[in-house]
Amino acid sequence: MKQKYERPTIRKMNSGLMNKFGSRTDLDPVKEIDGISVKNLVSDYGSPVFVLSEKQIRRNYQSAVRSFKTRYPKVQFAWSYKTNYLNAVCKIFHQEGSWAEVVSGFEYHKALNNGVLGNQIIFNGPDKKEADLILAIEKHSLIHIDHFDELYQLIRISERINKKAKVAIRVNFDTGVYPAWDRFGFNYENGQAWTAISKIIAAEKIDLVGLHCHIGTFMLSTSAYAVAAKKLCDLALRCKNEHQNSIQYLDLGGGFPSTNTLKGAYLPGVDTVPGIEEFAEAITTTILESGFSSDELPLLILESGRVLIDDAGYLIGSVIANKRLSDGRRATIMDFGMNVLFTSNWYNHKVTVAQDAGQYTEETVLFGPLCMNIDVIRESINLPLLETGDHVIVHKVGAYNMTQWMQFINMRPAVVLIDQHGKSHLIRKQETLEYLEMMEQLPDYLK
Amino acid sequence: MKLKANIATSENGFIFNPATGDSFISNPIAAEILALMKTGEDEQGIKRKILDQYEVEGHQLDRDWDDYMFQLKEANLLDL
Repeated sequence: MKQKYERPTIRKMNSGLMNKFGSRTDLDPVKEIDGISVKNLVSDYGSPVFVLSEKQIRRNYQSAVRSFKTRYPKVQFAWSYKTNYLNAVCKIFHQEGSWAEVVSGFEYHKALNNGVLGNQIIFNGPDKKEADLILAIEKHSLIHIDHFDELYQLIRISERINKKAKVAIRVNFDTGVYPAWDRFGFNYENGQAWTAISKIIAAEKIDLVGLHCHIGTFMLSTSAYAVAAKKLCDLALRCKNEHQNSIQYLDLGGGFPSTNTLKGAYLPGVDTVPGIEEFAEAITTTILESGFSSDELPLLILESGRVLIDDAGYLIGSVIANKRLSDGRRATIMDFGMNVLFTSNWYNHKVTVAQDAGQYTEETVLFGPLCMNIDVIRESINLPLLETGDHVIVHKVGAYNMTQWMQFINMRPAVVLIDQHGKSHLIRKQETLEYLEMMEQLPDYLK
Repeated sequence: MKLKANIATSENGFIFNPATGDSFISNPIAAEILALMKTGEDEQGIKRKILDQYEVEGHQLDRDWDDYMFQLKEANLLDL
């Protein structure tokens, strides 16, 4: 019987400049996801294909809720639609008890179509169309005002339709993290936020029920959340003392990181990113110590997205070809690129092989399939020797990729959900030319 | 393609170039090819032996051979 073949390769040994933390290369193949073999997933749904684990989504959600509810009596999560608004995903979060947090009219309608009650939809963002605002007022949704123009527009609309709007303002402040996200909402330090609050309270048809902030994304500092919570609490207490207006909820937004490794980070994300319980501790301790009596503690709302779904998402892909670059580096071309893996702009994604491989590795540049020089998935990664047709798995891709992906050169791939019993379900078909051209129209003279 | 005369190799795939001080590790098949090259076996002879011994098609071996020779050349191990 013949021996298993592996292409011949040599690797230069470098001495002296070792990584003292010794992060290891992921050599072990990951051959299945939630009990289903990668081979079967590819043969059933094609390659590339996104795979989501329902078990992991629910585990993440329950763990996050537990982290907050064991520390604070009134907690509500609202699923951040923009992170992943596939209906199957949203429905899982709503089944678990999550409200919806949306930032556009179409997301608002998606939430309604997913069966979310109007008063359990939080409407954020700087671009809310008049028709969407009217609907949100009529459905008693929580409208988070971003700027003065929107505030005046809301006052006009609510007076015209003679209905009360339930609102919060988004507040931005200095939390010690830079750059501060001051493009959204009203500034705390320069008094803008207080001016907005006073105008709302003076308006007859608008009820100020909450205060909102969202201090950043992929935040690695828990203390920044403590500062944000303190400033929101101060505003809420001032609101009560000076305007006799009790704030019913504080919405601390999202921004909690997943365990992906940011580009440029010296250590892997799993070793450096604070756990969600550390954020919970910072936020809840601050609110509990801020001066509210126990019977008037506001509801704490969180709009987490990334931390709840990133590690539940996988992208399976295949090797198109191997080649060598002019400087001698090995390059591997995959059948997925930055068109479907938007987050490869921010992260050094973990990539593992999906079949048995030898123990020898080589440093490789991972390119996508696009005819564009910028289509690089990993600039340098140590991987076992790959051959055309071999499968790989990119890990922790559940957040943002299935909303920010592009139809560019290649169609967007299928998305599969593996349920809690290990059965796979197609939740979004692979796109086709017919789908792509559905919105096009050809002028008569070009027919 | 001949290996430089001063290149030291070991059975388990360690390569040392005393002229530059560079050292390399190789996977088993790369080490086997190096050993055959050192005995003076020519390209066709080495390929025949690999094809007899391993689960590989001729066209794939041809492609990988070219790449391997490129690696050896880049590593300054070949007598050109």
